[in-house]
Amino acid sequence: MTDTLLTDGASDEVPPTTRADWQSDQEVRWCPGCGDYSILTALQLLMPELGARREKTVFVSGIGCAARFPYYMNTYGMHSIHGRAPAIATGLALARPDLDVWVVGGDGDMLSIGGNHLIHALRRNIDINILLFNNQIYGLTKGQFSPTSEKGKITKSSPVGSCATPFNPVSVALGAEASFVARTHDMDRHHMQEMFRRSYEHPGTSMVEVYQNCNVFNDGAFETITKKAVRDDMLIPLRHGEPIRFGSEGQFGVARHDGGVELVEVADVGVEGLLVHDETRPDPSTAFALSRLAESPDRPTPIGVFRAVDRGEYAGAMNAQVDEARAARGKGDLHALLHSLPTWTV
Amino acid sequence: MTETSLEPLVTEVDRVIIRFAGDSGDGMQLTGDRFTTASALFGNDLATLPEYPAEIRAPAGTLAGVSSFQVHISDHDILTPGDAPHVLVAMNPAALKSQLDSVLDGGTIIANADTFEERNLAKAGYAHNPLEGDDLAAYRVVQVPMTSLTKEACKDLGVKPRDAERSKNFFALGLLSWMYSRPLEPTIEWIEAKFAGRDLVIAANKAAFSAGHAYGETAELADHRVIVQPAELPSGTYTNISGNTALAWGLVAAGHLSGLRVFLGSYPITPASDILHELSKRKEFDIATFQAEDEIAAVGSALGAAYGGHLGVTTTSGPGVALKAETIGLAVSLELPLVIVNVQRGGPSTGLPTKTEAADLLMALYGRHGESPLPVLAARTPADCFDQAIEASRIAIEHRTPVMLLTDGYLANSSEPWLLPDVDDLEPIPVEFASGFNQVDEDGNEVFWPYLRDEKLARPWAIPGTPDLMHRIGGLEKEDGSGSVSYDSDNHAHMVGIRAERIARIPVPDVEVTGDPDGDLVVVGWGSTWGAIAGAVRRVCGMGHSVAHVHLTHLNPLPANMGEVLRGFEKVLVPEMNLGQLVRLLRDEYLVDARPVSKVSGQPFTAGELQQIILGELGGEDR
Ligand code: SF4
Repeated sequence: MTDTLLTDGASDEVPPTTRADWQSDQEVRWCPGCGDYSILTALQLLMPELGARREKTVFVSGIGCAARFPYYMNTYGMHSIHGRAPAIATGLALARPDLDVWVVGGDGDMLSIGGNHLIHALRRNIDINILLFNNQIYGLTKGQFSPTSEKGKITKSSPVGSCATPFNPVSVALGAEASFVARTHDMDRHHMQEMFRRSYEHPGTSMVEVYQNCNVFNDGAFETITKKAVRDDMLIPLRHGEPIRFGSEGQFGVARHDGGVELVEVADVGVEGLLVHDETRPDPSTAFALSRLAESPDRPTPIGVFRAVDRGEYAGAMNAQVDEARAARGKGDLHALLHSLPTWTV
Repeated sequence: MTETSLEPLVTEVDRVIIRFAGDSGDGMQLTGDRFTTASALFGNDLATLPEYPAEIRAPAGTLAGVSSFQVHISDHDILTPGDAPHVLVAMNPAALKSQLDSVLDGGTIIANADTFEERNLAKAGYAHNPLEGDDLAAYRVVQVPMTSLTKEACKDLGVKPRDAERSKNFFALGLLSWMYSRPLEPTIEWIEAKFAGRDLVIAANKAAFSAGHAYGETAELADHRVIVQPAELPSGTYTNISGNTALAWGLVAAGHLSGLRVFLGSYPITPASDILHELSKRKEFDIATFQAEDEIAAVGSALGAAYGGHLGVTTTSGPGVALKAETIGLAVSLELPLVIVNVQRGGPSTGLPTKTEAADLLMALYGRHGESPLPVLAARTPADCFDQAIEASRIAIEHRTPVMLLTDGYLANSSEPWLLPDVDDLEPIPVEFASGFNQVDEDGNEVFWPYLRDEKLARPWAIPGTPDLMHRIGGLEKEDGSGSVSYDSDNHAHMVGIRAERIARIPVPDVEVTGDPDGDLVVVGWGSTWGAIAGAVRRVCGMGHSVAHVHLTHLNPLPANMGEVLRGFEKVLVPEMNLGQLVRLLRDEYLVDARPVSKVSGQPFTAGELQQIILGELGGEDR
């Protein structure tokens, strides 16, 4: 039955859509000024450009402010339970490789309660696109420290400062064998769209970390790097095949150092001394070193695609095993199965 | 117990219970399994009870390391693996020590005499050799130096003595095959197929098997030979099936009958893993198996696949169900088909992973937060696992609901002859995916309402990929009909009611009353206690008493005639492998004075135990 849907070829041509086609009739209910609005807009504007089909698109989310996202997209959607969106999306994407499956969640959802599912999704490399809205706080539960909150963070549940070292989501993803990892922020629609497009096009699990401002509980967490005035000096754009260089005058860069990388002044090392970004490098150590350049978002921070390698998608491999079994043994015969152990007749 | 003792000299008996016991490295499960298959092919009715330690390699030679396999074979229809074994095969002192208490007085003990030496005796806690002296005077003891005879049989094959020793279980199997007149060919063919490519192993196992057989013939065991004639069973083709295999095949059948791909999301756990293993081998049936990172992801992936239009299934044991509870609650809210299989084991916590218990009934019924009802079924025999896997899938698909199917460690691993159904007689499972708009909004536009219900109160199964039907679902309360998020209090009350009613309305077959319905006493059971209860009721009725038996497969909703049936009896006895769970349900639902009979030793009830309890309840006098 699903076979007919999988090969549904009523028309191969995707009808053109507009932003309005991707907007659901639900009133958007984030706090006024929340960074989530600009992410939603960026994606709703991008979908027509991607040539995606609404009926073939599914947004799956867990719990949290970000997890409201599916309600606002006029696609299929499931607002599930806390942390489990990658697991549910995994089953859906395995069952239905014809669909575009997106997962949206926040730092608490994806890195705390759902951390196990996130790393295993990345490891397996099923074709799902994970958007991790990182606001370094618990918003929906009204302001407790999250797994990405900085050490010493004062919140309702850590009145004298949190004692925990935060996760760096890009480092976590790279450590989990992710085949695609990118970072962007909610103040730059164009950059977000570029990252979302790359995520959509990537065969396998892709994760995009979006620095997202929670103006109610953690306002300005990223403004030291994302404010227009400082952006050029504080964000390090990663562009494949180009030397990694930033600063209002292009005066800074990144060079190799002692097995890792370091910030340099171009005047000191020359353009030839800069590291040329290669997102396809099979070994993730350079990407990991780049992810460690800024311990917290108050120092120059790389954005862009850290890693994009093609290493075989899981659902295709799993479904190929079914096809191979059918090719080798024929379509299963239930009668033969029931008689496959020793039988006797009375 | 109440067994009539087996007269050792009799050459033809109507039934025999044999227990193979040895160290967990001795291959006792395999030996028992081969003996069972040979007996099945010979035409006996049979039932088995495997037991093994939770540790993969418990210290060799110790009581903790003993693995056993009991098989009951008969020339008539039997219901359980039997009460007390007539014959114990003890491969070492620990096996003898740990199993002796259960052996029938006057029974036979066949001991591997080679292992009864100082070190092994000490490990088993024997101060002296029980084979010498009067310790075993109540039994008929046959001492056979199995290890040395096996080595002797293999010595010209070029097999190293240590490797040859490992074939000693085949010696035991050969000996028992002679004693019980089992056909040899199936075992020889099996050895050749199983160890194909390992010629020395084949040679050693065959040599040991033949030596065991020859030993019976030539040594002074002639008076031990026994025949159990084939049973008169309904005609048809049979196979010997375990509960886990039957359950896996039932899921295959459900996929076949519904035309849906089966998606199994599972995480390894004893005693359920064999279902995952079996289905992983059956990909040609359009079965996808996914070994998830944990129990939660296992059920989550199955639910995701169900949302995508597949038959989503997750298999686990009690601890896994605890972890899955939140996702099952989500499935209740989403109203999507999902099959959850709980192969129950002893609890709480890790409990007794390899031993049986049936203490998860209340968890199945109520173990989620909020009012989250779902249908619950329980299989009663290994073969019944096949039927109930189909039934659970049918209810899930037709009513768009998660369904819990309960089996237990005993059903999972024990086996029985199964009269194979004709595949063409299995009823198809109709599947209906939503394909178009189902409502008109106030502006006159056609729209899709994901929570608009059919006559069964089920909502449409609208799978992603279907044009026009884009909609959002989730764990937040939904407005009935439109499916929009709703915090409205009246709507919530309405939805809680609808979710309860749509499960309560699922049609389930009436219960049957077996045994003697004219007496005052009815024994009510559920799940794997069926064989022991039916056996006990059969015996007491045979003694002239009037006792009835009612066995529940559907635990939610309960059969419509249940209350009326119960009210027809003065006494209601409810044996369960827990401290009394169904009994609470019956008292609660029907206000009857149902009384619990509990067993929580990790062992199934025997018919003998229940027979005593029933007789006690009747006033004890044997008529
Ligand atoms: S609490 Fe923060 S993250 Fe949540 S909606 Fe409000 S501003 Fe956005």
